[in-house]
Amino acid sequence: MDIKALGELYLTFFRIGGLTFGGGLTMLPMLKHELVRKKNWVSEEELLDCYAIGQCTPGVIAVNTATFVGYKREGIAGGIAATLGMISPSLVLITLIASFFQALVENIWFQHAMTGIKGVVCALMLNTVITMARKSLVNLVCVTVCVVSLILALFTPVPTIAIVALAGLFGGVSEFLRKKRGEKGGHRQ
Amino acid sequence: MTFLLLFWEFFKIGMFAVGGGPATLPFLMDLAGKYDWYSLEDLTDMVAVSESTPGPLGVNMATYAGFQGAGIPGGLTATLALVLPSVIIIILIARFLTNFSENPMVKAVFAGVRPAVTALIAAAVWGLFKVVLVTEEGSLHTGPLILCVAVFGLMRIRPLRKLHPAAWLLAAAVAGMVFRL
Repeated sequence: MDIKALGELYLTFFRIGGLTFGGGLTMLPMLKHELVRKKNWVSEEELLDCYAIGQCTPGVIAVNTATFVGYKREGIAGGIAATLGMISPSLVLITLIASFFQALVENIWFQHAMTGIKGVVCALMLNTVITMARKSLVNLVCVTVCVVSLILALFTPVPTIAIVALAGLFGGVSEFLRKKRGEKGGHRQ
Repeated sequence: MTFLLLFWEFFKIGMFAVGGGPATLPFLMDLAGKYDWYSLEDLTDMVAVSESTPGPLGVNMATYAGFQGAGIPGGLTATLALVLPSVIIIILIARFLTNFSENPMVKAVFAGVRPAVTALIAAAVWGLFKVVLVTEEGSLHTGPLILCVAVFGLMRIRPLRKLHPAAWLLAAAVAGMVFRL
């Protein structure tokens, strides 16, 4: 195990985590710059593959990318070092801000500011939902899954995890049936 | 005991939140109802802070939620628990499954999950709307509502579309103080 290489992984992902906002896709240009151009650790193609994996695995996409690249470089220890680097800036900054927050809650001006901010958080989140809907609702089946899930989430006590699992099961079973039908008909799509 | 609960709850979120940061929101909303770590009202603060602080959104929210639940060690516990499933799953995939994301079965499962996650986030956002825009007596909070509609409209305009969320949040803070919302 190469301590120096692990330290470099940690620091590189620390910088990426500390300098990019939002994570996920907004992080891609920064990752490209640091990992492909500067360090030459992965090719651009590998990075995009890694994003594809990140989108079909659970968890925060930026963290998945860090683990993947770290593992490719230095095995399991590398994956862990890169992941810890990615989450360290969040841990420090958020803890600091959250502590400040508790001290400021009583301040009337702070309350005015937060009331304004909350209104805009609603707008930002609505925007996120619209972006995600545009990306994920590509056909009638997707729209149906979305509507059924929405009804379950809003009007029934079915837990969030169960809705995710059911939707995954639905996707898997329909692929299985499609394949079977394809085999029976003697041709596959 | 709180630490064990924090660990277990955030491990589950890391295991089932498919689609990155925003996908953690519905789970965090469930937690607000289940434990007294933070309220739904606090959750909007957490989203605002997480959006305007560097770092992945999901990680920021986990640190904040854990901090609310049990201070600094709480934030650490929640964050490590959130990323643990990722680390395990990604290392397994990188080691054993070379064409994981090309596999038709994997593709099909996640094609099913994605629209459901969109629905879950939409439901969570609806919940946030109710907390922020409706008063306890059931009437509308006009100040935040006007800001919400105005910013949503402004974000549709082409040159403003690329503006960073933190810029909108800063403008909102100023507006809140100027109009004493």
